[in-house]
Amino acid sequence: MKYETIIGLEIHAQLLTESKMFCACSTKFGAKPNTNICPVCTGQPGVLPVMNQKAIELAIKTALALNCKIEKSSVFARKNYFYPDLPKDFQISQYELPLATLGHLDIVVEGKKKRIGITRVHLEEDAGKLVHKGAARIMGATESLVDYNRTGVPLMEIVSEPDLRSPAEAKAFMETLQHLLQFIGVCDAKMEEGSLRCDANISLRPAGEQKFGTKTEVKNMNSFKAVFKALKAEEKRHEEVLSEGGKINQETRFFDDITEQTIGMRSKEYAHDYRYFPEPDLVPIEPSADWLAKIKNTSGELPEAKRDRFLNEYKLPEADAEVLLATPALTAYFEECLKLYDHPKTIANWLMGDLTAYLKTNNLAIEQINLTPAQLVEMLQMIDKGTISGKLAKTILVEALKSGKTIKDIVAEQGLTQISDEGEIKNIIDEVIEKNPKQVGEFRSGKDAVVMFLVGQVMKLSKGRAKPDAVQKLLRQKLGQ
Amino acid sequence: MKIDVEAVAKLARLGLSPEEKKLFGEQLSRILDHADTLKKLNTDKVEPTSHAIPMKNVLREDKVIPCANVDDILLNAPQAEEHMFKVPRIVE
Amino acid sequence: MLNNLTAHEAHSLLASKKISSVELTEAVFAQIEKTENKLKAYVTLTKDEALKRAKAADNNGNFTGLAGIPIAIKDNMCTKGILTTCSSKILANYLPPYDATIVEKLAAAGAAPIGKTNLDEFAMGSSTENSGFHTTHNPWDLNTVPGGSSGGSAAAVASGECILALGSDTGGSIRQPASFCGVVGLKPTYGRVSRYGLVAFASSLDQIGPLAKDVTDSAWLMNVLAGYDPKDSTSVDIPVPDYRMALVNDVKKFRIGLISDLMGKGTDEAVKAAIKDAARKLESLGAIVEEVSLPTFEYAVPTYYLIAPAEASSNLARFDGVKFGHRSSDAPDLLTMYYNTRREGFGAEVKRRIMLGTYALSAGYYDAYYLKALKVRTLIKQDFEKAFKHFDVLISPTAPSPAFKIGEKAADPLSMYLSDIATIPVNLAGLPAISLPCGFSGGLPIGLQIIGEAFAEEKLLQVAYTYEQNTEWHKRRPTL
Ligand SMILES: [Mg+2]
Ligand SMILES: [Zn+2]
Repeated sequence: MKYETIIGLEIHAQLLTESKMFCACSTKFGAKPNTNICPVCTGQPGVLPVMNQKAIELAIKTALALNCKIEKSSVFARKNYFYPDLPKDFQISQYELPLATLGHLDIVVEGKKKRIGITRVHLEEDAGKLVHKGAARIMGATESLVDYNRTGVPLMEIVSEPDLRSPAEAKAFMETLQHLLQFIGVCDAKMEEGSLRCDANISLRPAGEQKFGTKTEVKNMNSFKAVFKALKAEEKRHEEVLSEGGKINQETRFFDDITEQTIGMRSKEYAHDYRYFPEPDLVPIEPSADWLAKIKNTSGELPEAKRDRFLNEYKLPEADAEVLLATPALTAYFEECLKLYDHPKTIANWLMGDLTAYLKTNNLAIEQINLTPAQLVEMLQMIDKGTISGKLAKTILVEALKSGKTIKDIVAEQGLTQISDEGEIKNIIDEVIEKNPKQVGEFRSGKDAVVMFLVGQVMKLSKGRAKPDAVQKLLRQKLGQ
Repeated sequence: MKIDVEAVAKLARLGLSPEEKKLFGEQLSRILDHADTLKKLNTDKVEPTSHAIPMKNVLREDKVIPCANVDDILLNAPQAEEHMFKVPRIVE
Repeated sequence: MLNNLTAHEAHSLLASKKISSVELTEAVFAQIEKTENKLKAYVTLTKDEALKRAKAADNNGNFTGLAGIPIAIKDNMCTKGILTTCSSKILANYLPPYDATIVEKLAAAGAAPIGKTNLDEFAMGSSTENSGFHTTHNPWDLNTVPGGSSGGSAAAVASGECILALGSDTGGSIRQPASFCGVVGLKPTYGRVSRYGLVAFASSLDQIGPLAKDVTDSAWLMNVLAGYDPKDSTSVDIPVPDYRMALVNDVKKFRIGLISDLMGKGTDEAVKAAIKDAARKLESLGAIVEEVSLPTFEYAVPTYYLIAPAEASSNLARFDGVKFGHRSSDAPDLLTMYYNTRREGFGAEVKRRIMLGTYALSAGYYDAYYLKALKVRTLIKQDFEKAFKHFDVLISPTAPSPAFKIGEKAADPLSMYLSDIATIPVNLAGLPAISLPCGFSGGLPIGLQIIGEAFAEEKLLQVAYTYEQNTEWHKRRPTL
């Protein structure tokens, strides 16, 4: 029998705030255990939470980018369960009344565009970190230590509709979403580092069937590759069970990235009953039209609109647009340059060619270089004016990237400006003629191709500062042609 | 009203003696029977009140203020190690 | 005796340098020395700290407001580095790493905190018998309860074991003990006083307020307590009046509604008589008193004991032996640690309410119990709104009877809950209310409750002050 795969994703993204969701502790990572903590995020008796405005704004910004409806009134709720990484033994989250609902995100799979529904976007707080002693994982550990540094870091939960039909679509969704989150600057969205996390619900049904099959929840997918592999494995497992007439248990399964299989977690003694109720210590979020407009203004243009503009307005080839839009920092760099220099294709060529090559060989990100867009543009303008040659510019660019010096300084220091003074070129030509009597003889006897050798010698002596066409013209004049 | 005292105590992580289970079972049933008087009121068209004084959008600026009393927080830990709170073996 | 002074009387003597704050504080501790073994009003005494503050106030010499006044703090408010137990074994060793906002405010005002008073464990109770440590006794009759849950604070004020005290009120926990001990207790509007640092019982109902020897002192303490706190999202950012300006001896043309629903068969005859006398007194002073019915009142108690325990079950989850407080020594694994810690640490009433609240929120029962209660809460609020279209304030007994005997209601939680019938609706609606002495029965005080609209504390104070100035009840003191 042929089966159709149904996948829905639940994504947690850490928001880029300075302080935590409900207290003033830092969200910085890598601090010594339990140093970014305070009475509030350790759940001391008597403390109260206060909402971080920036976190709400970043979540709204995301919801708008995902074409969601921002709810008139959204409410935090308590999700009650006991666990040592949860100091209050409840998580402040949103439940019945989330921040935003009913959005969508377009993905492209195998060249085809597909619209995936977004069920909801809501805010919540992260839990702490457990360090297990006596074993690498919780299983077999003799005791555990709790670090509350991460407790209370703002998380945004994004839930997709079960619109995805394959592991490849799920992976594409995650990649598109990552790009969007990075692009609008709400999350650094690194799956490997845990700032973007994903759980998946997957079920299979006979092709043509309307009713959903029994789903399983897959956890512990820590990269895009893992999302794909885990869902592939789980898809295959479902298919095998179903085609043998078996039944799928509704359960949570853990992806083991070594065996590349999913493992059923031991079923809980009793079902979870989170006893959600509205958080009495917080008041509803009711964004005014003004506030929403302000947030919208900070969002800027979304990736899709930018792509259209790059193709239609700047007439860039599709491959160029693709590369320039791949990382938000590169896009920003490109657009900065464009503000100062109205030749999109020229800028694109330099960014995609020499600059990218340099970054690759040196394993750098564009954020890490000193060369400002203004300086790059200055160099391009020098080429246009003939102050330097295009070929020299390549060397100058690398020098600038390496040393951090400005283009102007490099050009001045090394005397690299193009020689436009004919007298100076003529002096060099004389020198070359004198040093190469053999080649001069050959040329004079009709071997015209030898002129290129002589031009090359002049260029060498001028350290590339002469203009090759001018050299050739003067050389031919000198040699009596 | 009959209550599954065992299940509720488990949810609340409350260890109860057999006597307590029996006593609370009886007392809670009585209280909940009394609470059934609320059913006399028709509340179909009534909005719930979570906050007696309605408010909205109480926010704080995203600013870090380091806590000066981190060590006092750890001092209260029943057991601590390596600047962390220690808990016994976790069995699910 | 200096310890029997009101705060405003003591203030005059301090300001005119007739007495020093150290003398005043020592007088209070002398009284504690004398009577505390009978009353057991305190959990922790902080004599050194109090004398240090008293000395500082004397050295400063600038006695404004409550500067140099010894004050007792209910032991469910966090005091940095000073034991804060909520009268629970589970917090018997807890040293808060921070001060509650109101504790900071008291310090800024220069008051001298003398100790932490006993309460029903986590403020759950109406008699202070549910303390995990000891029962507090009523100074008017040691065989009776002082009321609760702020029983320690009320008993301390009544007996001169402090000048002023702080209480917290979730379903009547300031007003009912004030009524039982013959003192003045004010529960402010929800959001008027910061809850930051008040160990939560039921977050949507809790409110801190003064317990005092007279109405004037209540106004003085309100001046210190009231105000917006950015650390409490539910505290309201509106200007704070000078409550002393409300102390005007005049109720002419005030429209006062006597709540008839609280004058029926559930209320003692002596209490009814005292309230009727009080109503006539107010009439004689120029007020217009009429009876008014709030028909949803009969639903307030069940509404309350679904909402409050539900919130409490969640608020008290954090007492799990991981971060602070008691941890069972019998803890071979995490789950057993949770069970044993909470079994050993919590008393019966707390366990009962955690069970009730957990049940009311659990899958399949939420709509029938918790959500239903939130909807009835709306109806109760609307009933009040209707009444306040016609009346400036409402009056009623604070409690259906004077203080009952220790042990009398301990076996029957439901009857204990029902005795809070007059105070609970006020918390559900978030309104301010005050209780002040209005008579005696069998040597025990009776309390008059005055209820106002949200943020109308000044009206309450004016009516209460006028009544007080024209009666003598507040001048009686128990002999111990
Ligand atoms: Mg979540
Ligand atoms: Zn914190």
